Amino acid sequence: MKRVTPTLVIRLAAIGVILLAVTAGFAFAAGWFSPDRLSPRDIVDSLQIHDGLHPGFRRAHAKGLCIEGRFLANGNGTALSKAGVFTPGDVPVIGRLSTGGGLPYAPDGRLVFHAIALSLTQANGEQWRMAMDDTPIFLVATPQAFRDFQLATAPDPGTGKPDPVRTADFLVHHPETRAFMEWMRDAPLPSSFANGTYYSINAFRFTNAAGETRFVRWSLVPETPFTALDKSTLASVPPDFLFDDVVQRLRQGPLRWHMVVTVAAPGDPVDDATKPWPSDRPQVDVGTLTIDRASIEEDGACRNITFDPLILPAGMASSDDPLLAARSAVYAVSLTRRGGEPAGPSAASKDPAIRKAAP
Amino acid sequence: MKAAAAQFPLALRLVHWLMAAMIVAMLFIGVGMVSTVSEMRTWLIDLHKPLGILILCLAALRVCLRLMRPAPPLPDDLPIWQKAAAYASHLVLYALMFALPLVGWTMLSAGGYPIVLFGSIHLPPLGPVDPTLFSLLRRAHTLLAFLLFLTILTHLGAALFHAWIRRDGVFRSMVPWR
Repeated sequence: MKRVTPTLVIRLAAIGVILLAVTAGFAFAAGWFSPDRLSPRDIVDSLQIHDGLHPGFRRAHAKGLCIEGRFLANGNGTALSKAGVFTPGDVPVIGRLSTGGGLPYAPDGRLVFHAIALSLTQANGEQWRMAMDDTPIFLVATPQAFRDFQLATAPDPGTGKPDPVRTADFLVHHPETRAFMEWMRDAPLPSSFANGTYYSINAFRFTNAAGETRFVRWSLVPETPFTALDKSTLASVPPDFLFDDVVQRLRQGPLRWHMVVTVAAPGDPVDDATKPWPSDRPQVDVGTLTIDRASIEEDGACRNITFDPLILPAGMASSDDPLLAARSAVYAVSLTRRGGEPAGPSAASKDPAIRKAAP
Repeated sequence: MKAAAAQFPLALRLVHWLMAAMIVAMLFIGVGMVSTVSEMRTWLIDLHKPLGILILCLAALRVCLRLMRPAPPLPDDLPIWQKAAAYASHLVLYALMFALPLVGWTMLSAGGYPIVLFGSIHLPPLGPVDPTLFSLLRRAHTLLAFLLFLTILTHLGAALFHAWIRRDGVFRSMVPWR
C-alpha cells in the first residue's frame, strides 16, 4: 500500500471531482436539476388526473375503432412534396376513428370531438402517420397550456365536477381556448364520422423534388354530404351511436375523403395551432382516401401503434409548432404505459351491433 | 516497468476513444430527449437513432479487433479482486455496447416505429409489432442505459486510479499516442 502523501490526496480528490462532474452533467441532461422542465410524463399524468386511469387504453382518444383502406394519389401533391405517397398510384392505409377524451367507455354524446388517425405506408416502406380532429384548430397553443387545461378542468374529488373557479381562471389567461370552446358550442358539427372534415391541426413543412419548402396544413374533405349533429339530443342518444353509424355505413360501401393540402402565405402563423389561416390560401387536392373496412380494436392493427404525427416520409417535416414534438413524446409514453397493462375489452367490442357488422 | 511498454493495437485504441465519446454523448442525448416535450427532443431523437446504429457497427468491429490480438496483461501486483473487477466490467461494457442498440432497435420495431437513419434510409424491423414487448423493452432500454452509465463511471474511475495513483502503465496501454 502506498504511503498517504498530500499529492496522493490531491490526486484522489481530482478523480472524485471528475466522477462527480460527469454525474452532475448527466443529471442535468436528464432534467433532475430542472423541476420546471415539462416532460411527456407530466402531460400523460395530467391526462390521467383528468380522466382517471384506464389500464391498457390510450390516455387520450381512448374510445376507438380500427379502419383499413387505401390512399390513391392523383399526382398533384408532387408539386409540394417529393414524398412517394404523392406519386400517382395507391398505398395501403390503416387507421383509427375515435372520440375525444380519455374514457374508453364514454357515451359518444359526452364530448363531440371526432378524430381520424391514419398510417400510410409508401412502396419504399416509409410511413406517414397523422392524427386529425374534426376541428380546424386546436384548443391550446403550447404543451404547457395543454397540461394546465387538463389540470384546470379535472373533476374535483369532492364534487366530481371541474372546479368552475379554476376553469374560469384558465380561460381568462387563455382567450384562444375560450374562443375554441365557443366555436365548438356554436358551429354546426358533423352528425357522423363519415361526413366530418378532419384537419391536420398543426402546420408542417413540405419539400418538393426541386428543394422548395412550403408550410402546409391538410384536411380530409368527405364525399359524404354534411349533415349537422342535433346537439340538443346528445344526452339521450345511444352510447355508441357514432361508431354504430360508421360501421353500418361501411356495410353499405366504402367511405371516401379528398385530401386537400392548404399552402401558407408568408406571415401566416405556422407555429400556433389555435390560429386559422385565411380562407383564400391555395388548396391542392392531392388524392382520395377510401376506407372500406372497420374492425374492433382487439382484431385490428390500429391498437398496436401510435399515430405519432412526426412519423413522416422524406419530403415532409415538422414545423416550429411546439405541439408536434409534445404529441410525439406523449404518445410514446402513453404506448409505454398501456403496453405494460392488461387491457379490458374495447367499447366497440361490447356493442353487439358493431361486433356483428365489423367481423 | 515492463508492462508500461505494452499497448493495445493502435486501431483498437482509436476505436476505444471514438466510441467513448459517442457512447457518452449518446447517454446524455438519451436522458435529455426523454425528459422534455420541447423541439429539442425531435432533433435529439433524429441523432440518437443513427448514432446508436453506428455504435453497434463499431462494437462489432471492436470485438474483432480485440480478439485478433491478446490484450496487454494487467500488472502482476494488481490484487486479484481488481483483476476480476476489470475483467467483469469490460465484459459488461462490451455486452451493453451491443445490448443497448439492439434493444432500442427491437423496441422501436415492437412499437411499430420506422427505424429511420436519415432521409428515406431506414432499417427493417428487428421483431414483431407488439405493445407489451414495446413497453418491456422501453423500460429495459432505460435500465440498461443507467447500468451502462454506472459501468462507464466505474471504468473511468479505475482508469484514473491506474493513471494517477498506481501509475502502473494500465492507463498508458489505451492512450491514443505512443
